Amino acid sequence: MVAAAASPTAPDRTDYDGPPDYRAVGRHGVFPEVSHDETARLNFLAHMNRHLASRVLPHVRAAWGARGERGFVAAHGRPPADRHELRRALLSEPVFQTWSALRRMTMEQRQQAGRWVTLRQADKLAARAKELTDGDSRLELDPSLAIPRYISAIDNHCMPGSYHAELFEGDVSGAANYDHGLFATTGGQLGRFSDGGGHGVVQWMRRHMPDFAPARILEVGATVGHSLLPIAQAYPQAEVVAVDVGAPVLRYLLARAKSLGIDNIRAVQADATDLRRFADASFDWVQSTMFLHELSGPAMRAIFAESHRLLRPGGIMLHVEQPQYAPDMPLFEQAMRDWDAFYNNEPFWSTMHGLDLDALVIAAGFARENLLHGGVTAVVDKTVFPDAADDTGEDFGRKAAWHIVGARR
Amino acid sequence: MSVASALAGASAKPAGKRPYFMDPAVERVLAITMAVAQELAVARERIDTLERLLERQGVLARAAIEDFTPTPAEDVARGAWMQEYLNRVLRIVQQEGEAAASVGDLASEDLASAL
Repeated sequence: MVAAAASPTAPDRTDYDGPPDYRAVGRHGVFPEVSHDETARLNFLAHMNRHLASRVLPHVRAAWGARGERGFVAAHGRPPADRHELRRALLSEPVFQTWSALRRMTMEQRQQAGRWVTLRQADKLAARAKELTDGDSRLELDPSLAIPRYISAIDNHCMPGSYHAELFEGDVSGAANYDHGLFATTGGQLGRFSDGGGHGVVQWMRRHMPDFAPARILEVGATVGHSLLPIAQAYPQAEVVAVDVGAPVLRYLLARAKSLGIDNIRAVQADATDLRRFADASFDWVQSTMFLHELSGPAMRAIFAESHRLLRPGGIMLHVEQPQYAPDMPLFEQAMRDWDAFYNNEPFWSTMHGLDLDALVIAAGFARENLLHGGVTAVVDKTVFPDAADDTGEDFGRKAAWHIVGARR
Repeated sequence: MSVASALAGASAKPAGKRPYFMDPAVERVLAITMAVAQELAVARERIDTLERLLERQGVLARAAIEDFTPTPAEDVARGAWMQEYLNRVLRIVQQEGEAAASVGDLASEDLASAL
């Protein structure tokens, strides 16, 4: 087990509302070495994201209220009919253009910064991952697996190579990039090990199903396991299976988990729409965290159906996602939440958040009376990291506050 | 992995067409400006680290930086540096000014066809 870096002394936070210094991020056995200046680059990006959300985005709302909506009504004789029409109208608003251009650039800069950190030491990272996973039967890779088009055609959140690209045999650089830069994208809202989502799920389970004692847990779309580790730790008696289509993220996941002393996880390369390798009713819990929006319609339906098949009676399916576009959600908010779909390479995001997910869960075989709903916010060390539950601001689609889409089998 | 491929890979384009929100020429300059703004923040943070370490080690009191007054000779040297710096950064402003006042300036395209 690798010793975690000491937390920097917490500053007087009474009137400081920004992200902590990047050095507060937890280190583990496959964490890249991040130099002083590379750290400063990530600090800048975390602050940029917070600045855009808290200081620039309110002007977008104000500009729409002051002139955008009026202009649209003057031109069309009616307000926008749906979120797409409203978003297209926003495209001609200069304040929206500036915010959007800066937000897109900040993501591109974040990828550039993180990829330089991890590519310059790609060989070393691969060697470390190999050392930690070589000969371990809990790493099950399948080089013949076809990467689905919804993953390969457009790289999610502008991350070149997404979760699956392998630059050389044993490469984990893409995974290390995703992992160590999450801090910058979320402005620290996911906490020390970017695991605030997982801790939030555990907290929800402890509150709502205190007696639930799973023997087998499956997470689909696990990527580097940042959200899964708190679950594996909270249920140490369970065998936890992490599934993803990307070999690099799974290699990294197992190495990362082992170096943090977590030993009840298996990493399996598979397409979550077809998990025939696992028997019917062989899991107590199927979980995903911020995963559904990176799928496609048919894939999501297939995953709900597989979740139903894989769960034993009484088992639970929990998919943690950004909130749906309910009819009472203002069109402006829907349009702003759609930003990531069209401008941050998350193409399914818009369609997915407009669907009646309860109906799809029922169509997959779950009973209406067994549907599960609820809210989850990231649980972080509040002495160092910003707390999403306390934050009254909004960063449409990026805030660490999610809904549960789920059901009991 | 070679340094050349790490450099190329670090700035690689993700799959999927890039959206533009402004005139692409403006957005291109803004993107470069924001990258430079980031590097300025990096340099500023490095100076801050340096000052704090020097203070911790008793080499320097940071208040001395705030209280610093250049000697007359230092003042001249620093002022001269600033003049040279602005001259370099605002090169195009000078050249466009000279162009505005020039008479009979030829484009190479025009002269090339006559040669």
